[in-house]
Amino acid sequence: MNYFPDEVIEHVFDYVVSHSDRNSLSLVCKSWYRIERFTRQRVFIGNCYSISPERLVERFPDLKSLTLKGKPHFADFSLVPHGWGGFVYPWIEALAKSKVGLEELRLKRMVVSDESLELLSRSFMNFKSLVLVSCEGFTTDGLAAVAANCRSLRELDLQENEVEDHKGQWLSCFPENCTSLVSLNFACLKGEINIGALERLVARSPNLKSLRLNRSVPVDALQRILMRAPQLMDLGIGSFFHDLNSDAYAKLRTTILKCTSITSLSGFLEVAPFSLAAMYPICQNLTSLNLSYAAGIQGSELIKLIRHCGKLQRLWIMDCIGDKGLGVVATACKDLQELRVFPSAPFGNQGAVTEKGLVAISMGCRKLHSLLYFCHQMTNAALITVAKNCPNFIRFRLCILDATKPDPDTMQPLDEGFGAIVQSCKQLRRLSLSGQLTDQVFLYIGMYAEQLEMLSIAFAGETDKGMLYVLNGCKKLRKLEIRDCPFGDTALLTDIGKYETMRSLWMSSCEVTVGACKTLAKKMPSLNVEIFGEGEQADCYVEDGQRVEKMYLYRTVAGKREDAPEYVWTL
Amino acid sequence: MNEMTRNERESSEERKLELRLAPPGVENWFNTSNNNKQRAYDYDYDYESKLSLGNFLHFPSNKAIVKGKESSSSQTCCPKSVELQNGDNKVTAVSNTSQKRTAPGPVVGWPPIRSFRKNLATSSNSKPSPPESHTQQHNKVAGKKPIDNFGKGLFVKINMDGVPIGRKVDLNAYDSYQNLSSAVDELFRGLLKAQRDSSSCRGNKEEEKVISGLLDGSGEYTLVYEDNEGDRMLVGDVPWHMFVSTVKRLRVLKSTELSAFTLGTKQDKIPT
Repeated sequence: MNYFPDEVIEHVFDYVVSHSDRNSLSLVCKSWYRIERFTRQRVFIGNCYSISPERLVERFPDLKSLTLKGKPHFADFSLVPHGWGGFVYPWIEALAKSKVGLEELRLKRMVVSDESLELLSRSFMNFKSLVLVSCEGFTTDGLAAVAANCRSLRELDLQENEVEDHKGQWLSCFPENCTSLVSLNFACLKGEINIGALERLVARSPNLKSLRLNRSVPVDALQRILMRAPQLMDLGIGSFFHDLNSDAYAKLRTTILKCTSITSLSGFLEVAPFSLAAMYPICQNLTSLNLSYAAGIQGSELIKLIRHCGKLQRLWIMDCIGDKGLGVVATACKDLQELRVFPSAPFGNQGAVTEKGLVAISMGCRKLHSLLYFCHQMTNAALITVAKNCPNFIRFRLCILDATKPDPDTMQPLDEGFGAIVQSCKQLRRLSLSGQLTDQVFLYIGMYAEQLEMLSIAFAGETDKGMLYVLNGCKKLRKLEIRDCPFGDTALLTDIGKYETMRSLWMSSCEVTVGACKTLAKKMPSLNVEIFGEGEQADCYVEDGQRVEKMYLYRTVAGKREDAPEYVWTL
Repeated sequence: MNEMTRNERESSEERKLELRLAPPGVENWFNTSNNNKQRAYDYDYDYESKLSLGNFLHFPSNKAIVKGKESSSSQTCCPKSVELQNGDNKVTAVSNTSQKRTAPGPVVGWPPIRSFRKNLATSSNSKPSPPESHTQQHNKVAGKKPIDNFGKGLFVKINMDGVPIGRKVDLNAYDSYQNLSSAVDELFRGLLKAQRDSSSCRGNKEEEKVISGLLDGSGEYTLVYEDNEGDRMLVGDVPWHMFVSTVKRLRVLKSTELSAFTLGTKQDKIPT
């Protein structure tokens, strides 16, 4: 029942911004559905196969910003064979055909061809922002098209993509009258770029706030760029490799003193030892520091640098900082909210950080809400302490490099430790487990993790009960990804309605059989159930009793997808 | 060493509940079917069918489980495939474990970091110069010895005669031909046995045979590789690091086949 004219309701809807809230609005009544769809400008699609591009375009004609995610998360760790899917071309094609005035496209784990980028660059006059995270399939030629044709480009942000370098001059393709750049991130590009073109581009971009360079930009160029852009707030240094006695270095130190707006620092893909001191003057302003690509910085240097960073809220670092270094972080960075500690030797035997570092952090950084921690060991006692000290965790991801290692002090599984985390952190939305774990931990998760949306499990559990505890207990679960666990058909088939409430389920190297997957697919037509192996042909799965190597199921209104490779069998 | 005796003690205590598969002498594996009935399984588990060849695709990914699960008593309800691997490793633990303990089995996708990060350690601390000078430059400036290739996985395919499913090994996880040979033995031993079992009558009547003599021609199988020039070569002739930098794929050949084809140029390559 609407007592207000549409214009009034539209105006009210303007204030409703979050995707889930807008989704809720559209469910209230037909009238609100209609008004909502014509005013919706930003759409987020967490699984590109859950809906067809045509349907999207039809429903939201006023679309300005689209976010798409493609491959399952475990694709990041080489568990999804090449060619599985996640192609963006059909989306760009559909958007181009319609009258949609697309301005922003954000993609994650998708296959982006040069062709798609070219089509994108030519089809939308007002296109402003392209963000590609963990994507692949394109070359610097595609970037050249974007640079050349997108006249009002504000943002080109490339994060951890696999980009083939065609040794072109893509940076030179930004036209001379392009002065709108606000954000440019090409740190992941492996090839050389035209330094002169870069400097000229920076010089004519007065709004440039974020610049992340790749390793091909030498220090003298960096210094000149910083001179031109004192307004920079986010800086990614590619190469910091130079002679400490050189004029270039001395100049740089002076220039950096002027960069008082920089609050976010990253990169250092290559770095000369003992040169970080040049950064000390800006450390006090930093709220975000990402040194997780800087394999060349020693622990002691890291510690010295961080001592100056009192305002840090986000820190991404490598484990060479050590437990002691984390103790320094705990003392210096009282405002820390997000911490990620990456392994510097993923396959080595050195124990760089342990539970001690994490405990120290929990004692000093009470505002911590997001954690990704790669370590060599963890104890229940430590986790219980951390749970007590930091009850505000939203994301808690722990990765013990030896995947099934028990508590080294007690030789017990880590069930109690993780149990304490889920019990204490009532707002926990994302959890990744590791270490030796029995069904008990899943009982705790099902009981306490009421807000949990995403759970990642590897080498854990004992029986189907484990998985069932989670499916039954976690009402808000959206994404569940499991690898190498003894969960089988009973766990999969007990509550099949659950999967319609979730975005996706991934199970690889578990105990699920072909027959069970077939049953599930038959009973739930609203799900796509895909099974595949390691590049094997789909017809190798002939017997129902045969165990499935990889299964990925997701809810969809688009039906079976047309672009699956031969080795993927959609049941 | 202490861990091993603890294992053995625990294993004898829990033999009734624990499912093991091992050559005679260490454990009477005929017990397994009895154990199955004694176990309090919640799910309907068809023991027989799980041993068919198709299921061996599952085997190796459980490697990483082994280390941690050696001593916990809550192991009793572990599904068969995990315990099989566990048992397998316990056997080898008795014989020659030092290599297996220090060299972690390469598990695909573990630890869960993006491939982007895996390559960092090798590509840092040196200017973008020709590859040969990377380590020298690094030495001069950083003043420490070259970083190992540990950050980068060097996965090559490996096929074995008579086994239709190939595997992949991460050569960076090994530092010698001996380690590689042991790993190949471990990888294929189970698969080979499954081949024999499925072609003979049902049930595991045969024991697993160690695949030995891969490098000296003395065993039933010999390890060969294809190098970056397309040539088939015998594994073991060149220094390890040279092998690692030129190998493109591996093959475990029946030693009797060695003379049947020519080790040499591309033209003689037998299609895989």
